Amino acid sequence: MHHCQEQVRRAIHDYKMLEADQRVLVAVSGGKDSLALWHILSQLGYEVDGLYLGLGIADYSQASAERARKFATRESLKLHEIDLPRDVGFGVVTGAKIAKRAPCSACGLSKRHLFNQAAVQLGYPTLATGHNLDDEAAVLFGNTMRWDEEYLARQFPVLEASNGFVRKIKPLVRLGEREMAAYCVVHEIDYILDECPMAAGNKHLTYKDLLNVLEDRSPGSKAAFLFNFLDRAHQRFADIAVVERSELIPCTVCGSATTAEVCAFCRLQQRACAGTATPVKLSGSIK
Amino acid sequence: MNVLLRNPTRELVISGPTSVEALLGSLQIIAESVIVICNNELVTRDTVLHDADTIEIRAVTSGGSQ
Ligand code: SF4
Repeated sequence: MHHCQEQVRRAIHDYKMLEADQRVLVAVSGGKDSLALWHILSQLGYEVDGLYLGLGIADYSQASAERARKFATRESLKLHEIDLPRDVGFGVVTGAKIAKRAPCSACGLSKRHLFNQAAVQLGYPTLATGHNLDDEAAVLFGNTMRWDEEYLARQFPVLEASNGFVRKIKPLVRLGEREMAAYCVVHEIDYILDECPMAAGNKHLTYKDLLNVLEDRSPGSKAAFLFNFLDRAHQRFADIAVVERSELIPCTVCGSATTAEVCAFCRLQQRACAGTATPVKLSGSIK
Repeated sequence: MNVLLRNPTRELVISGPTSVEALLGSLQIIAESVIVICNNELVTRDTVLHDADTIEIRAVTSGGSQ
């Protein structure tokens, strides 16, 4: 499993993700990728803490929180926690229903907003997420199917800090899901095995299944698809990302950079909490 | 051999000997989407499994939106 550490080290080096003495916050879900990432970064000597976001998905959230806490205790690592229902006023399932959004869409939006807000408030310049090669290839597949230029412009293993957004890095980009699961087995990392109940039938999983069929017939397809895009095509969309950033203004509720008067997360919170959106005070809620 | 499958969790009894590759093929599981654990050890596609072995086929595909 030295291989996994080497691939992370290489990704960090190739994409200039981190300096040796930088503090890093890892977005922890209790799943294999985020726990393995946390383990690898700490083994590589980085000062790395975790942040678990409770989504309010009944037994699944409880079980995943337990895995995150157990791992943090075993490795003597610091874990921060935010609980959506307790600290923000809505859970992913109920919030999505009231706001008439798909649960994964409400969840993705909440994660992006709250992980960034927590990193800013707690003074971490960099947020690391456990997106692996399979995740990135599946997202690229979806973005390409729609030729979504704005999303293609943003799809890169590093997103530099700007306009109140911390630096975001994806150090597992060179490693597949099988490698991450195998890493956890070898290092006896107890991760949540059950899939989130909201995931069934979503497009992301369909794209992964399709890419796995291709990979099975033609090994190396996923890596070629992703890395040829990153090496040869991504730059062609770079101007779109620059224009996007220049159009951002502060949200009138929480101050986050947004293209509208009120950011998408605060609008979700307003709808899910019957008209009230208040900036989330993270420092008080984090253990 | 006892075979434990995940997502959803279920158990099967299958006669050996058989290779990991043949077992996955007979269950119509794409090898790229799982890891296989035999008696608590990771095994590769060409490993031969026997009746006395305890097998877990663990799905590794996960995720929703980014
Ligand atoms: S499957 Fe959807 S709801 Fe569940 S954790 Fe992933 S993005 Fe969130």
